[in-house]
Amino acid sequence: MTTPTTEDTDARAIAEEVARLRWQCRRGMLELDLLLNRFLDSGFQQLDQQARMDFVRLLGYQDQIIYDWLMGQSVPAEAALRRLVAQIREAMRP
Amino acid sequence: MSIPHRKFDALIIGAGGAGLNAALRLASTGLRVAVVSKVFPTRSHTVAAQGGVNAALANVLPDDWHWHMFDTVKGSDYLGDQDAIEYMCREAIPTVYELEHAGVPFSRIDDGRIYQRAFGGQSQNFGGDQAARTCAAADRTGHAILHTLYQQNVRARTHFFDEYFAVDLIRDEEGAALGALVLEIESGEPLVIEAKATLLATGGHGQVFRTTTNAFINTGDGMAMALRAGVPLMDMEFYQFHPTGVAGKGMLITEGARGEGGFLVNGDGERFMERYAPRALDLASRDVVARSMVTEIREGRGCGPNKDHVMLKLDHLGAEVVHQRLPGITDICRVFLGVDPAEDMIPVFPTAHYAMGGIPTDRFGRVVAPARHGPEEVVPGLYAAGECACVSVHGANRLGGNSLLDILVFGRAAGTDILEYVAENRNHRPMREADLEPAAQRLARWDRQGQGESVHAVKADLRKLMEDHCGVFRDEETMAVGVEKLQALRDRVEGVRLQDHSRTFNTARIEALELDNLVDVGMATLMSALHRQESRGAHSRVDYTDRDDEQWMKHSLYSRDGDRMDYKPVRTKPLTVESFPPKARVY
Repeated sequence: MTTPTTEDTDARAIAEEVARLRWQCRRGMLELDLLLNRFLDSGFQQLDQQARMDFVRLLGYQDQIIYDWLMGQSVPAEAALRRLVAQIREAMRP
Repeated sequence: MSIPHRKFDALIIGAGGAGLNAALRLASTGLRVAVVSKVFPTRSHTVAAQGGVNAALANVLPDDWHWHMFDTVKGSDYLGDQDAIEYMCREAIPTVYELEHAGVPFSRIDDGRIYQRAFGGQSQNFGGDQAARTCAAADRTGHAILHTLYQQNVRARTHFFDEYFAVDLIRDEEGAALGALVLEIESGEPLVIEAKATLLATGGHGQVFRTTTNAFINTGDGMAMALRAGVPLMDMEFYQFHPTGVAGKGMLITEGARGEGGFLVNGDGERFMERYAPRALDLASRDVVARSMVTEIREGRGCGPNKDHVMLKLDHLGAEVVHQRLPGITDICRVFLGVDPAEDMIPVFPTAHYAMGGIPTDRFGRVVAPARHGPEEVVPGLYAAGECACVSVHGANRLGGNSLLDILVFGRAAGTDILEYVAENRNHRPMREADLEPAAQRLARWDRQGQGESVHAVKADLRKLMEDHCGVFRDEETMAVGVEKLQALRDRVEGVRLQDHSRTFNTARIEALELDNLVDVGMATLMSALHRQESRGAHSRVDYTDRDDEQWMKHSLYSRDGDRMDYKPVRTKPLTVESFPPKARVY
């Protein structure tokens, strides 16, 4: 039996976190489903620990508020969330 | 395996506007109410409803519930049940005031009364001048209603099972609803919720089509549960499509874009609507525009490398017009396509939006199904409301502003009837192990190990199949081939295997259960559409182009057992007023 490496353990932890967040990215609006899931698949894993926690926090906001931020109709007051919003929008670019 | 049980007076599956309004009616009288929702309640699809709620308040222009009723019957292409429509239009007025008192922040006119906007299909005096009947909370009415109802339910001590997935209904030998088997998504642990009455309020099933405005959660769960419980689905062929959704994604590009002078072009750069509707052009009725787009694509004149969409051209209107008058479209294009619609064309394809059909109910929200004594026998203890139900107030076509109204009025009506039912049935009916068996087996089926196709591959094929064979272009051959393909796809589902059998947040397992549901509602839709040999409302056939009242003024009923079709008459007699007889639907 091989002993799991630190990388293996980290990868598993991230996979579990992504699975948990996948359901949090299921929203009442198609636009949010598309944007949040795309980011979860492409940008989330590159985030540092603090930014990942910020993403979890962002998911706690109401759908309509997140929608307004991601569509550029309003801007989050917090700099960390503003950065994340920009990254989520960027991840959607074709 | 021993599954824990919990007991409540009423179980509500789904936490959108219909479910929460029913729950509030029940919990505020002191009943023990469980609401099961696969996502956090305020993430239900009601949140996306922007338009508003119709009610003949007459705050802006003269109005009357009877005029509202006329418009709804006409809009339904005379397939709506007129008793239910009368009830809805009368109840609309107290329903809106009740919401106002509960805290919904409706937009106001200067004297403080609720503002009402004009929508298509609304008339004064039975087809006369434009009416203004839609009450809105700015452009986020659904959001405002959903949050208000959720907060009121929390206050009324409704018990929420957030992020629980309903696997199947449980019924006894006599067919009475006993509750449901549900699954906690976080832990993967099953739970039986026993209830004296069960309400299905799970919303629509737009995800059965590849291009849809519906959120990922709209997978027809309640409809499929009803089918598996032996209840047929009604009028499933009637599905509303918008001509211009963003191709490959589904978001709506409002008709306002064409109203401002935008037009559609094919792969040859031709303004093709000149051939299909020389006078109305791109502002022809929705079904004509949508079918023309698909005809262009089917005949090889689509755009893009796969020639699978057409283009909406706004770039001739100038940046000022596009950005100022169409800001929502500008945002969608920038975010999802990375283009500015004032400079680049938008790839579009018809997008599936709203289901008129669903689980057959009467105007009290009680599920009715054919049985020994007629086509509308009540299933004891089982209710349905909202988009998953078919009461039927929308008939063949829904009017704008009537969908939020439907979920609120009939959610409340179901709550009121459940109160009476529970008062008359004070004890839970006994649940035997055998009653639970079919639901438990459905869950266990996805524990099978081994190699097989993936859920995602089969789901993608299903959605493409439904779009190609039961979208806006419908004829005998296209749909008959579609049924054969769907039967084959249904067999493929048996061979699908999950690679991840872990319990904790195994969303692949939930998606597999959703796939089962989508296949069932897909077959209901395709079979119902194939068999209805006429064009009525949203069901538009190229081989039967006219409405045929003599043969087809009747409701379709699809049963899962043997993919059987049956029919029942439309209820043309209202409660207190004269019937509106069928006429040509001209606007």
